[in-house]
Amino acid sequence: MKRTLTAIALGAAASTVAMAQTAPNAVSFGEYGQIEESLTGVAGDPAAGLEIMVTRGKGNCIACHQVTALEDYPFHGEVGPSLDGAGDRWTEADLRGIVANAKMTFPDSIMPAFYKVEGFVRAGDAYTGKAAEGALDPLLTAQEIEDVVAYLMTLDQYYD
Amino acid sequence: MKKGLTTTAVGLALILSTGSAVADQDSDLVINGEIEVTVRADAPAHLENLDQIFSGWTFRSSETQALQMDDFENPGMIFVDEGITAWNTVEGEAGESCASCHGAPEEMAGVAATYPKWDEAAGEVQTMTMQVNDCRTEQMGAEEWAYDKSDMLNMTALLASVSRGMSVDVAIDGPAAEMWELGRDLYYTRTGQLELSCANCHEDNYDNNIRADHLSQGMINGFPTYRLKNARLNGVHSRFRGCVRDTRAETYAVGSPEFIALELYVMSRGNGLDIEGPSVRN
Ligand code: HEC
Ligand code: HEC
Repeated sequence: MKRTLTAIALGAAASTVAMAQTAPNAVSFGEYGQIEESLTGVAGDPAAGLEIMVTRGKGNCIACHQVTALEDYPFHGEVGPSLDGAGDRWTEADLRGIVANAKMTFPDSIMPAFYKVEGFVRAGDAYTGKAAEGALDPLLTAQEIEDVVAYLMTLDQYYD
Repeated sequence: MKKGLTTTAVGLALILSTGSAVADQDSDLVINGEIEVTVRADAPAHLENLDQIFSGWTFRSSETQALQMDDFENPGMIFVDEGITAWNTVEGEAGESCASCHGAPEEMAGVAATYPKWDEAAGEVQTMTMQVNDCRTEQMGAEEWAYDKSDMLNMTALLASVSRGMSVDVAIDGPAAEMWELGRDLYYTRTGQLELSCANCHEDNYDNNIRADHLSQGMINGFPTYRLKNARLNGVHSRFRGCVRDTRAETYAVGSPEFIALELYVMSRGNGLDIEGPSVRN
């Protein structure tokens, strides 16, 4: 009961920005896993996206991907392909889909879905090892997804 | 003589790997210049997706590798000494010690290589930890030791150390088959909000880096392991727990039937590697 009230209060206080957000369960993916519409209607901020890419508790994308433009941040992984040129290979809609739920584009991908809240086996309470209590938050918020996508769009260079 | 050889090996490594600290992935593990440990082997037939199996030792830096090549350098051996003391200590109502039934610890050579295994009397698959506790409660009239806590890890380190250089050979058929299959299912199940299975990291991506970690095949022939990260011995189930937790999942409990099954399955993936505990890892 208290929960519901808080939610309503927050909803009322928030601007139209929050109203326009697409919830994780309401996202519609295209035939190839792309998401055409912005999840928030607010343009992503590439600088914020960069921070999310390199931060362990956030996207931590470089845990698995090499990115030449992020060379100043140590330890890039080799589990996924290099993201150099990703903004050239993919459209914004493709990238939004891949970051939100890569399995819609690459079936059985190892890449975690960053905007998904259901359908997990033994979902935990973050990294505590304990069971999750109540509804899960997605790994990234809708706006954080937009920020990461905006950053990926800047990766239009290939290096050799 | 031994020193001379090591120096030559280091010299060669430097020449081959201009600059950066690269692990000597192809070197062989010989402990104290005498115990030869098999760290790479053909995969056992029941392992569908790998041709070759490797000890976690082969994926560590040459500095970490070197610590395990000499018992005076291996911090895990301090705990083996504590295990020897416990081995000889009379405890419990029956007035027995491990030694009074089993003789010297060396009498246990080869035993660690066969666990987990089916115990007919108990009617269950037992890990070595469970067997040690069975001895304590049934034979000695002593209290159980906590799973994966220091008393138990000291003893399992001792039992591993006397089996070093002996081939892992756990049975997966007969009455153990059901637990083995449960373990295999768990190994391939993607858990947690990151939806990752053991296989995603240790089968599909071994030898790749995930952030700063060089992924191994997640073998357990070296347990218990002395980890530089926490400067103590670490048990198999605690390691499993850490890896499952890192998928943002609710883990199974240390000592749970699920982890016993997983231990049996993961140990069987290493059939053909040699026991090398207590190993040194980062
Ligand atoms: C646990 C590993 C992992 C993490 C973490 C991860 N990815 Fe991926 N990613 C992959 C893999 C593997 C692929 C290759 C697709 C497949 O599964 O076949 C991929 C593919 C991609 C692609 C398409 C690559 C191409 O151009 O072909 C993009 C873009 C991408 N990831 C972006 C990201 C971003 C952004 C993040 C963080 C918010 C991220 N990834 C986090 C593993 C990961
Ligand atoms: C997200 C990636 C990831 C997943 C999933 C994962 N692990 Fe690990 N695991 C690691 C890393 C990183 C290490 C440390 C480096 C290494 O030895 O591979 C490690 C180490 C280990 C080790 C120690 C190996 C040694 O030589 O001492 C074992 C055993 C292990 N994992 C088993 C498992 C099992 C069993 C599962 C599934 C229940 C699992 N891991 C799932 C990343 C993972």
